[in-house]
Amino acid sequence: MKKLTVSLSPHIHSADSTRKIMRDVLIAMAPAWLVSVWFFGMPVIILTLAGVAACMVTEWLISRFLMKRKSTVSDLSAAVTGVLLALNLPPSSPWWLIVIGSIFSIGVVKMSFGGLGQNIFNPAIAGRVFLLISFPTLMTNWTRPDPWFRSGVDAVSGATPLAIVNEGLAKGMSLDQIFAQNDFTYFEMLFARIGGSVGEVSAIALIVGFIYLLARKVVKPHIPLAILCTIFVFSGIFWLIDPQQYTDPVFNILTGGVLLGSFFMATDYATSPMGKTAMVIYGIGIGLITMIIRYFGSYPEGISFAILVMNSVVPLLNKYVKPRKFGR
Amino acid sequence: MITIIIWTVVVLTLLGAVLALVLYLVASKFKVEEDPRVGEVEALLPGANCGGCGHAGCHAFASSCVEAGTLEGHFCPVGGNKVMKAVAGVLGLEAEEQAPMVAVLRCNGSCANREKTTEYDGYRSCKVISTLYAGETACSFGCLGGGDCERVCQFGALKMNPETGLPEIDQELCTACGACVRECPKHILELRLKGPKEGRRVYVSCSSKDKGGVARKACKAACIGCGKCAKACPFGAITVENNLAYIDFTKCKLCRKCVAECPTGAIHAVNFPVKQQAVMETVPPSVPSGTEEQTVQS
Amino acid sequence: MRKRTFSIGGVHPDDHKIARDCAIEDLPLAPLFSVSMAQHLGSPANPVVAAGDKVKAGQVIGEPSGFISAYVHSPVSGTVKAVGPKANLLGNRIVHVDIEVEGDEWMEDIDRTPDIVREISLDREQILERIRKCGVVGLGGATFPTHVKLSPPPGKKADVLILNGAECEPYLTSDHRIMLERGEEIVIGAEIMKKALEVDRVVIGIEENKPEAIENMGRIAASHPGIEVMVLKKRYPQGGEKQLINAVTGRQVPSMKLPIDAGAVVQNVGTSLAVYEAVQKNKPLIDNVLTVTGECCPRQRNLRVRVGTPLSYILEQSGGIPEDAVKIISGGPMMGWAVSNLDATTVKSTSSLLCLTAAQTMRKEESSCIRCGKCVDACPMGLEPYLLNRLARARKLDELEENAIYDCIECGCCLYSCPANIPLLDNIRVYKREVLGIMKSRASSATK
Repeated sequence: MKKLTVSLSPHIHSADSTRKIMRDVLIAMAPAWLVSVWFFGMPVIILTLAGVAACMVTEWLISRFLMKRKSTVSDLSAAVTGVLLALNLPPSSPWWLIVIGSIFSIGVVKMSFGGLGQNIFNPAIAGRVFLLISFPTLMTNWTRPDPWFRSGVDAVSGATPLAIVNEGLAKGMSLDQIFAQNDFTYFEMLFARIGGSVGEVSAIALIVGFIYLLARKVVKPHIPLAILCTIFVFSGIFWLIDPQQYTDPVFNILTGGVLLGSFFMATDYATSPMGKTAMVIYGIGIGLITMIIRYFGSYPEGISFAILVMNSVVPLLNKYVKPRKFGR
Repeated sequence: MITIIIWTVVVLTLLGAVLALVLYLVASKFKVEEDPRVGEVEALLPGANCGGCGHAGCHAFASSCVEAGTLEGHFCPVGGNKVMKAVAGVLGLEAEEQAPMVAVLRCNGSCANREKTTEYDGYRSCKVISTLYAGETACSFGCLGGGDCERVCQFGALKMNPETGLPEIDQELCTACGACVRECPKHILELRLKGPKEGRRVYVSCSSKDKGGVARKACKAACIGCGKCAKACPFGAITVENNLAYIDFTKCKLCRKCVAECPTGAIHAVNFPVKQQAVMETVPPSVPSGTEEQTVQS
Repeated sequence: MRKRTFSIGGVHPDDHKIARDCAIEDLPLAPLFSVSMAQHLGSPANPVVAAGDKVKAGQVIGEPSGFISAYVHSPVSGTVKAVGPKANLLGNRIVHVDIEVEGDEWMEDIDRTPDIVREISLDREQILERIRKCGVVGLGGATFPTHVKLSPPPGKKADVLILNGAECEPYLTSDHRIMLERGEEIVIGAEIMKKALEVDRVVIGIEENKPEAIENMGRIAASHPGIEVMVLKKRYPQGGEKQLINAVTGRQVPSMKLPIDAGAVVQNVGTSLAVYEAVQKNKPLIDNVLTVTGECCPRQRNLRVRVGTPLSYILEQSGGIPEDAVKIISGGPMMGWAVSNLDATTVKSTSSLLCLTAAQTMRKEESSCIRCGKCVDACPMGLEPYLLNRLARARKLDELEENAIYDCIECGCCLYSCPANIPLLDNIRVYKREVLGIMKSRASSATK
């Protein structure tokens, strides 16, 4: 007689897998990355390849020789970290910078906690902050984006809008003066051409990627919306109080790493809460801390620190903010 | 400059003194009075916190010993008579001597004896499998092979043998704490008398309550409830109930008459000296081997 | 019409209703029947026949052994061959009555004419007694004796009777077919239960993927005041008792309480048909409709099968066991039981025999939890399966109780949706039972 297989219900499974989710995240990051390649050319490709390779090799070595278990490289999560880290660095960064960052991200932040799903902090963000503190000059060496095939010769260097504003305000200039000197327009911020990290160049490309993630049901909109709304409301209040001292809400959302951070890093599964209410609280926290650093801190940008701080609150949120149960 | 240092030292010293006082007051207010003998007894215990004695842990057992004022009903199976004697010495009481026990598997259903009729797919745990169905073989009483007993054993005395699919008990490491007996959803592990010498004991290694034919069809070495052993036993130690023989270890005198009578080899006699070379060859493949247990059919 | 659904969680598996257009056929009688005495929730029935007895179809062969128990009737006429324990489809030993078929002679008091009896002449007590005597149990899966469910405990009153025609499990089509072919009888069954429960409102809930059934039932219900059809969204577990009440009435059954506490009684459409046959035709529950399906099956069929038919016989009659099938499931793919023993026989609630191939059903290798929260989103009870699984593996029973593991309805949404293939429900199910056991013993020691 035929030997039947027996198992407990359910007997069917959705088509979801960790690998497919990670692949979707990679696809979603593609538009922003392609725009960046358009503007910065080869350096971005080299940076990304170096990051992905360093992340995957580190993970493979650690799981193979230190943890002595099956390698988890094939689930593509290390590749996601590599690409994210590349998107978070200035386009002019040397290749060895991202290799160091990757080794820290994977080796210290991810694998030492037990690997995928066990880490407390988002590896890419922690890697970026590690590099920012260790190599402050390299990490703030910005290039003004320009299509690479046009300029060809030497790239124009230029600070990010946030850094310009921060510096200008410190000098005692008013915002109107700063904006007039640097001719920022929202149009440029939306489509491209703002100085910043690899992935921060085009807001539209990031939004397209995020819509893809939403459509594929990889992420829920709660966290990014909470962050963006908080930033909008918080900066709106201050901007209304004194428009010469505090930048306006739209500027705050379109510049810096807010979109990249809230779409791709704050939504990281392992380091964000499970329940929807907890997600909203988490998002509000990130938005508030980001804006406090931007307005009152010495760093021009605060989203990385904000995400790291809120990452550490996630276990508490998971424990105390429970989803609503049926029938109570 | 020097004044700052002096002030710092003074303030910190005062602060330290005040806090120390608070700590002392709180500690003395919430101090728990405990018989010092509890600590002494606990120090003698193995500290495994296995629950084999029926108490929540070694500390609970120690305080129960002290409070009861008698050692009747108190026995640490892990430490055995030696530890109990030491405990009795501390408390000035009489310890009950108990014969050492050991966990015994009452299933013969190795892969060779018991053919698989289905394939289980899912989380390998006996508890999980038993919520689903009778098991991968046609026998609904025997070992499920999920290894829950191995996971629950604190002393490393139980190991699943991948060849037979059954757990094997190392009688030297087994402390008879009973964790595996409580864990097994099929209730096929039993604490039995370890036996004299190097652990001589005779037991029915099967738990099937199926009728003879059904049991035999499911497993070559099943107890078929024929009752030959019960008739052969001169001490009335064997009872057959629901098609299953059981040897009462308090009555068994280890004569091994039943072992020879059993048509399926379901009765095991372990740790008896080997009589002849020829006997060794008739050892059925059903009998778990590989541990220190030397199993002989005589 | 606005489509209704339940409020939390749920998943959307493909419905695979490939047998939906196959009309119900009668399966020829097998030569030997084996009737289980435990076909219902509660204590098994006591057999009242012995080997050698002659029985007729519809004759009582098992009597209830407690309040929650049910009559068992002979599905065929013939000679009793044996009474004793036999392995059921899960390999567990249950008392069965084996009957060798001789002809097809029925008890004389059963009305076997095809005429539909519309007038309900019995009163409430007589209806309940007839349902009890005919051994009617819930056919939605839980097999709770129907007469018990139709007699709410004193002080509690239902205001709505919900007929469950959701059939949210993929592959199953038997309820769909009876709603198409026996719609009027189902509605009369609903009228009978409406009278028994003394409610004014009956809602027949049907998922949107069965438009023909919605149309047919809607047309029939139009001439029955107080009975309406409600279209439900296609979302699993829409047919779960608590979810269905939530979708239809908007009320949530409180945790650890019964549907009656939310003022509702749910009965499957198949049960309603059985109630009709019992009350109007005096026919005991000795047959039911089941689906033989699966992409690998040579024939898709909806069959009316007598209770106690060997599973292997049904498959043989439907073209044999498919070559590439590795698993045969009794019931749906989300909550059904994998068959370990094909010599076992059908019971009253066997709703399908589903054959699945290795690619469709084998568990994939477990990887580590990525904390994606898909299980939390999917859980229709608002639990956190990832947490329950973790606590279960660490045996933290008190924390499992705090996190309401006892509310789990074992629908399988968590395991279905987990991208890391973690056997969430396998562990949760074990510890749910353990925690419920502890709670029960604590409650009983508290009342002592």
